[in-house]
This record gives sequence, structure tokens and C-alpha cells, in this order.
Amino acid sequence: MITIPCPYCGPRNTSEFRYVGEQGSRPDPNRTTPAEWRSYLYTQSNEAGWVAETWWHGSGCRRYLIVERHTVTNEVRTIQPSAVHPRHCLRHEADSGEELTAERDPA
Amino acid sequence: MRSTATRAKSMRLGPQPGEVIDREQQFTFTWNDKRYSAYSGDTIVSALSAAGERIFSRSFKYHRPRGVLTASYLDPNCILQVGDEPNVRGAHRRVTPGLAVRSQNTWPSLRFDVKAANQSIARFLPAGFYYKTFIKPQRLWPAYESVLRRFAAGGTVSAAARHGYFDKRYVHPDVIVAGGGPAGMAAALAAAELGAQVVLVEEEHELGGHLKWGDHEELQILDALRAEVDAASNVEVMLDSVVTGRYDGNWVSVLQRHLPHAVERLVKARAKSLVVAAGLIERPYVFEGNDIPGVMLSTAVRRLINLYAVKPGERAVVFTANSEGDAAVRDLQRAGVEVARVVDARRGNHIMRARGGRGLHSVDCDDGQRVRCDLLVTAVGWTAPTSLLNMAGDRPIYNQSAARFFPSELPDDVLATGGIVGDGTLDQLIDHGRATGRVAVRRAAVVADALCAATPQCREPEKAPGALVSVHESLPELPIDEHPALFRAATHGIVDYSEDVTSKDLFGAVEEGYDSIELVKRYTTATMGPAQGKLETVNVAAVVAEATDCPIEEIGTTVWRSPYSPVTLGALAGRTFEPVRFSPMQPWHERHGASPLVAGQWIRPDHYGDAAAEARNVRTNVGLIDVTPLGKFDLRGPDVPHLLNLLYVNKWSKLEVGAVRYGVMCAEDGVVFDDGVTGRLGEDHYVMTATSSGADAVWEWIENWLQTERPDWRVHATPVTSAYASINVAGPKSRELLLRVAEGIDLSPHTFPYMRVRSARIADIDDCFMWRIGFTGELSYEIHVPAAYGMFVWETLMETGEDLGVRPFGVEAQRILRLEKGHLIVGQDTDGLTKAYAAGLSWAIKLDKDDFAGKPELVWQSTREDYFRLVGLQPLDESLVPAEGSQIIDDDGSIAGRITSSRMSPALDRSICLGQVAPHLSAAGTTVTVKLPDGSRMPATVTTQHAHFDPEGARLRG
Repeated sequence: MITIPCPYCGPRNTSEFRYVGEQGSRPDPNRTTPAEWRSYLYTQSNEAGWVAETWWHGSGCRRYLIVERHTVTNEVRTIQPSAVHPRHCLRHEADSGEELTAERDPA
Repeated sequence: MRSTATRAKSMRLGPQPGEVIDREQQFTFTWNDKRYSAYSGDTIVSALSAAGERIFSRSFKYHRPRGVLTASYLDPNCILQVGDEPNVRGAHRRVTPGLAVRSQNTWPSLRFDVKAANQSIARFLPAGFYYKTFIKPQRLWPAYESVLRRFAAGGTVSAAARHGYFDKRYVHPDVIVAGGGPAGMAAALAAAELGAQVVLVEEEHELGGHLKWGDHEELQILDALRAEVDAASNVEVMLDSVVTGRYDGNWVSVLQRHLPHAVERLVKARAKSLVVAAGLIERPYVFEGNDIPGVMLSTAVRRLINLYAVKPGERAVVFTANSEGDAAVRDLQRAGVEVARVVDARRGNHIMRARGGRGLHSVDCDDGQRVRCDLLVTAVGWTAPTSLLNMAGDRPIYNQSAARFFPSELPDDVLATGGIVGDGTLDQLIDHGRATGRVAVRRAAVVADALCAATPQCREPEKAPGALVSVHESLPELPIDEHPALFRAATHGIVDYSEDVTSKDLFGAVEEGYDSIELVKRYTTATMGPAQGKLETVNVAAVVAEATDCPIEEIGTTVWRSPYSPVTLGALAGRTFEPVRFSPMQPWHERHGASPLVAGQWIRPDHYGDAAAEARNVRTNVGLIDVTPLGKFDLRGPDVPHLLNLLYVNKWSKLEVGAVRYGVMCAEDGVVFDDGVTGRLGEDHYVMTATSSGADAVWEWIENWLQTERPDWRVHATPVTSAYASINVAGPKSRELLLRVAEGIDLSPHTFPYMRVRSARIADIDDCFMWRIGFTGELSYEIHVPAAYGMFVWETLMETGEDLGVRPFGVEAQRILRLEKGHLIVGQDTDGLTKAYAAGLSWAIKLDKDDFAGKPELVWQSTREDYFRLVGLQPLDESLVPAEGSQIIDDDGSIAGRITSSRMSPALDRSICLGQVAPHLSAAGTTVTVKLPDGSRMPATVTTQHAHFDPEGARLRG
């Protein structure tokens, strides 16, 4: 089983998480059509390659995390708390940029 | 057919230098009800072979008599029934005193098996015959099945077999070494020297690999290595254990067999690096008669003689192409076996066929000579068990001159050493092992660093000073010896012993168009037996290569899948831990005869003996129900009304302080997801409730919206489900009871009307809150007290209300009461397709809100009429209570709905129901037909509203 490098908890088994779905934006509920809305609900593009998806760390910090994962090799390229300003983006590689520290409010 | 008498003569030899048997400990066991003796350390097959037995099973399809082939775990002919355990590997399982062993699938006996008649109709039973026969006529399938079942192989399973204990364990070693032969041991030792935590996994009962049956020098080296391993405190050795699979990130499963206290243990390991030192598996040779008892591999002979002191025969022919075969000749001679002829493939000599019935009696060589013998030993080459490497993404490459596959590309965290990688002297293999072990530690350190870097606030792991810096990444090269490519003789023979697939069958399959190895496998079932290809795959590839005139490299092998070795379902299930939640008052419920209801993780009282009486008491006096599992959330912040408007279908902006409202939540597909009441305790302080089984999902739903879509909202949501003990006090006398215990609060109806919430001090306990709601339809107050005081408050209420007739009531009584009032239960009266309008909730849905979960779907549903409706149903026969789930059927017999809730009403003395019905049947007054589970039908009428009792709700609002 693969591990997900949670920015708060460190690399943890996927059994601690729930896979929520591919990253997509919620259509405007007042302007959407049935086709568009249902595509948002049910259709996954399911690509072989880098995808952005949401995982929820249910047995850990209970944060929603947007993960960039390669669906063939299961490498994780980036991971960030959901809906956080891009400057909080975490790179997973060793020579990465910013790290989330205790002082900074992640939400 | 002349029967050959079983030998009565003992085939046990004198003491051998490497023997694993303990001659001081002798005991008996039974084989097909006959008593045999064994030494401690004997396997079932070695003990029986010592007694002169040669036939251990009958083959799958043709029921041919079979004897020892490999004398190892993989031996396809030695699969036996031990007590009530089927399919035991008889050449691996050790004998214990009193063991009762039987042959499998033989009738009437192993010696004379009538199903051997299959051999005479073998022409009509080629591989894949069942694709072409027993198909028509279809009505005879049950007859075919009952006959064919008798011919199916495999042991018997007893329904009365006792449940053993299966264990589970998690480990996080630096290095796992799969394989305890010389290279594996060397790798483990070298890794341990550098300070790594090592787990060394070995399939057999002892470490050593092929050294175990080696010559004097090899045994000495083995002793030295074993002593080193014993002394290394950071090497954990698992014997009779198998690495069954390698998954992403070196998530490795190890199966430990036959522990003293457990049947099996499944070890789940996250190894930083994995070293595969699985050695080589000897390959059988394909030729006519290659499955006659007495034909076996060189490693079988060497095991029998050296480990178990068993003479494998009296007079032998040895067909050898390598040094293991040559060593087998020396072992045979030492054991007093007459070696009648050595046929050396390296000199261009070959064997043609073996001849015999129940036992080998002669061998035909390619020079025309027929040699009389009772033992034929073959040593034609090796198969690399690359399973774990394949699972790691490797595609092994076939080497023509060595006639076997080799690993090619491994990920950084997987290494291979020993025979699987190359040949060479014992010293070379050990050196390679040591070097690999060191590199494995270096790689593990890289993984450890990466883990630390990815873990916030991780301190630098301690590194062994300097040692790792000097580890060179390059590994010594192992030589690769030439080996003749020997797969099939000039005759046809068995390729898959377990499935009775011959090389002729493979040619036939190719002729029929199944020309890829994956197709051939599935059509003929070759490699699908217990060995799962370890003995067969390469031969299958070679024969298919022959038949298709393609090189083996192009044919390839079939996919190696986990588990590498069989795993019991018990090991996969392991220990089951089921967490249980219960309210602080549960001990009181148990003392008072509550029948437990398991609802999700909660244990709740279902009833206290008579649910109907409990329900009646609620309508007459006052009842207490423990509703602690109810989901409760403390919501604080200026944006809480926005959250409520978003999650519920109704409106919340104008909820005053002290007011309570019922709300329904839908998911984004418009399907009803949960319901509950929410009350406003203060300016920015609300308490939301949810169903007890939905509490976790609702908490996640709240967090989902706040984190992903509305991170700018100022809301804090804290689950307080178990922080409060919750009691619903229901019935006409409920106010009277609470007046006796509630302080600082005016309970009169004008000051505290229906659907209001108040903080209160109850029975001297501060920080309680209570609200007036009415799931049961009676005057009722739901009080929430800090959980530590739950029992105290409950007992106080029971004591104080004795003269008022207070009684506890359970979940069943509550269900009856709410059904009388027509209150729906999400998930019972609604299902995964019920969008809110279908549940009769149009009064709650406010489509003019800007946005809420599920709005688009509900907008579209509001314009349609074609959905099933939730309605009240009254059975015409008031004494009949239709089972919940009973279908409602239309005139043409099609399904037009179902009964969702159904009870006998104590208040009304008749049956009452809720159900979902098709739109054309949903008008009040319509008679519908309910089909009961026994097939009979009963009529019911659709009522005007959901409530059967007090539809105006007068009793609630007093």
C-alpha cells in the first residue's frame, strides 16, 4: 500500500486516509445544467499520469489534502492542504521549498 | 494389472552428517489408518519413504499413481489430508505424535483407485475437454455436476473443524531478506553489522538453503553462518515463513506458519529495503513416464538422503546436466544405491522414457539401451523464482546460454543476491550477499532520510558514524555458468503434475489457436495448480516456444502474482477488533434486563422485555430513553447560520436565540443524507444534532465544506456526541418529572414552548441544556448532561419519578412511537436514491436560497412527478404486520414500491406502515397490493398523511 506524505503528520499508510476524488471545481449551482452537474458528481477522467486529487486524512489530522500523484508509479509530487493559498504549497522532494511550520495557520 | 506389494523393508539409512531428524525422539502416526513410525524432524513423506512407501497420491485428472518428485514444499504429488486440514504439503509438514494422515481424492484406496479408469479414456479428456463436453443438454448440468464433483481433486473440509487462533503483527525493519540460504544469511549479517534492524525470512524449517544437503565443507560453512546469525541480536529470523508479496513502497507481507500459539501469523512489514535471495528451484524434465513413482529430481534425492537419512531407491539411473546432478550421484553411492547408469547431457546423451505402472521399472536411453532401475534422477536445470522481483516491476530477461531467466531492472529499494542473480563458488555467492546487504543498508538510510524530511518536526535519525559513507554502491559481478537448455525430451510427458497437463496438450492448444502463453495457461490450466507455475512455467514456455517455433524470450512467462505461497483466510482475517461504544448509563440498562441492540459501533438497549408496554407507558405516564449516541455538534462563530443554510435544505438565518428547528441534509446529488434538530443557544453558539449512525459522516461533511469550499467562513465545529449523555424524557407527565429536578428554568408552556432550547441546571449538575422536541409525538424534553454525570442524572430521574410511573423505554419502543406519528427515519424510509421531494419534505425545501448542498438536483426534481413517494399505508387486515422490505406490486406483477417501516401499534391496536410507492399509486385512498416474503399478497390503503396517531400533533405542543 502506498503512503501519502501528509504535511501535518508525515508519510502515512493510505489506510489512514479516504480517497475523496479527482480535483475539480464545483460548477455554479444556479447556472449549471444537469449534464454538467452530473459530470462533476460522477465522471472521473482517470488518467494514467499526474493527477490532482483530494485525500482526507481521517485517522490522522482530519485535513483535506490536494495531492498530485502519478497514477502509474504512485509517486507524489506535491501535497497541500485543500483550498489554501498557493504560497503554502508543499513540495515532497528532499530539496523542496517551503515547509509548513507550527506557527503558520494552515487554514 | 499386477499389483506391486508395498515394500515392507525399511529404507532408513544410518546417521548422516547433516540430518535434521532426532533419533532420540521416535513416535508413531497413521497413514490411511495404518500405523507408521517417525523421528522428530521427519516430514510426513520422509517418514513414509523411510518405511518404503512410494505412492502418496493420485493425479488430478487421470488418477495416475504419484510419488516423490521434489521432496520439498512444492512437491505436487505429496499433497495430503492431515486430520481435518486438507491440501497439506506432505514433504514439508513435520510429523507430530498421533498425526492422522490420509491420501486425498482416492477411492476406494490409494493403491487401487477406480478413477484411474480415466486413463483409458484419456484420449477423450485432453486439456480443455470441459469446454467442449458436458454442455448440452443444459438440463443435465446438475447430473454432470454431481458426477464431476467426485472427480475433483482436493481434500475434505469439515464444518466442525475448530477455529484456530490467527495472529497479526506489524514490523518496520530497515532490511528484509527473503531467503535464508548462504547469500541471504550473508546479506542479513552484513546489514546487521552496520547497525540495521534485519528480518530474515526462510521458507523451510532451518536456515541454509542448498547448503543443508551439501558436502562436509558446505556443512561447516553452514554451521558457521548459522552461529553468526544466532549471535546477531538485530537479526530476527522467521523460519517456516514466506514473503508472500511485495507491494508499493516495500509494503511486504510475510506469512509465518505453525507457531506454537497460533495457526498462522500474517506479518505486515514496511521495509526500507528488500533483499531477495530466493535461490533457484529445480526444474522437472518433460518426457514419457516422467510422473511414474521413482522418477524424481536431484534435489529430492539429496534432501532425502542427507536431511532425512532415507534411501530413495535400490538401483538408479541419473540423467545429469549440472553439478547438482553429479553431487546426487555421489550421495546415492554413499547411501548404498546402485547407480546403474549416469546419462550425461553435457556429453550429448539423453533419456527417452521411463517405464512402469505403480513404480518405475526401467528407463530407455537415446542410444537404444533399456536400463532396469527403480529410481530415475533428473538434474536438467533451474528456474529463478523471481516472483517478488516481478511484483516490484521487474521483467526478467531470458539468458540463452544459462537457460534461465535473470532479474533485470529493480527499483531502488529492492535488491537481489545469490543464485537468483548468478552462479559462482560458495565464496563468491557469500561475498555477493555481504556486499548486497551493505548496499541494502545504505539504501535504507536514504529512505529513512526521506521519511524524516517529509515528517514535520522529525529529528535527524542517528546514523552509524562513517560506516555508510564507505559503502560502495557497485556490487561484485557473479559469473553466469553455461547450462544446456533441457526442457523436453524427444517424447511427450507431463508438464503440470498438479493439473495433469501434458506437452501434447500444449501442442494441441497451440494448434487450436491458443498461441500465447497467457491463453495456453487459461485454456489448459497449466501453471494453475498449487505450485502456481514455480515448477511448470518455464517448461510451458519452452513447449509453447517449440510448438510456435518462437524463441522462449518471445513467449515469456505468465504473470507472477501474490501470494507467493498459499495463505489461509484465517491469517488474512487475523484478530478482529471491533470497537464498542456505549453510553454511561449502559450498566444500568444491563442490570435492568435490557436486550442489547448493536447499532453501528454503539450498544444500545433495544427493549427491557416488552416494547409495546414501554410504548404505552410513554403515552400514558412518562418514559426515559437513553439517546446518547445521537450525533451532537457544538457550532460556534459568526458564520454558523451560513453553514446551516448551506448544509440543510431549509432556512436558518432567522433562528432566534433559544429556538430549535428540524433540518434535513441532502448530499450534492439531492439524496437525503441525514436529519436532526439544531438549536441556537447564544449569539454565535448553536448545537446541531444528527442521527446516531450518521454522526461521523455529518462531522466529515461539515469539515469537508469548511476546509475545501468555504475556508473563509469563521466557524468552529466540535463533535460532542460522547461529551454529553442524552436522555429523552417523554410522556404527558414529563414536565411534572422535570420540574422536580430542573433548576433555574421556567418550564411552563408559554415560557418554554415546543421547539425551544434552554441551558439548565439538572439534578444539581451545571452546563446541561434541554430542548422540547417530539420524535415520539408526546410532550417531551431532551436533556443533555455532561457525560460524567449521565448515570447520576438517569438514576435520579428514575427514583424521583417512581410515583409518576416512570419507566425506561428502548429503541424498539421509540421506533413504534415515531411510526405512529409518521416520522421518517433516514436510511430506513429513505434509501440511496431518495431525493428530498420523494420523502415528502417539500415543506422544508427552500429553493429560493442562494446555494445549498443538493440544490441543483432538487430544482430539477421539483419540476418532475415521476419519482416514488413516501406514504403512510394501512393494511386492510389490521392484524397483519407485513415484513419491512415487502414489495408492493402493480397489477401486471411489476414492482411498484416497498414497505419501509411496519409495526403493530399499541396506541391504535392495529398494524401501521410507511412505504415508498410509484407515483400513480400514491394518491390517498389508493389500494395497493403488498407481496409478503412467503409469496402471499395482502391489500393496504394509502393514508392521507404519514401520521397514523394524533396527526395534528396536539399532544406535542401542550
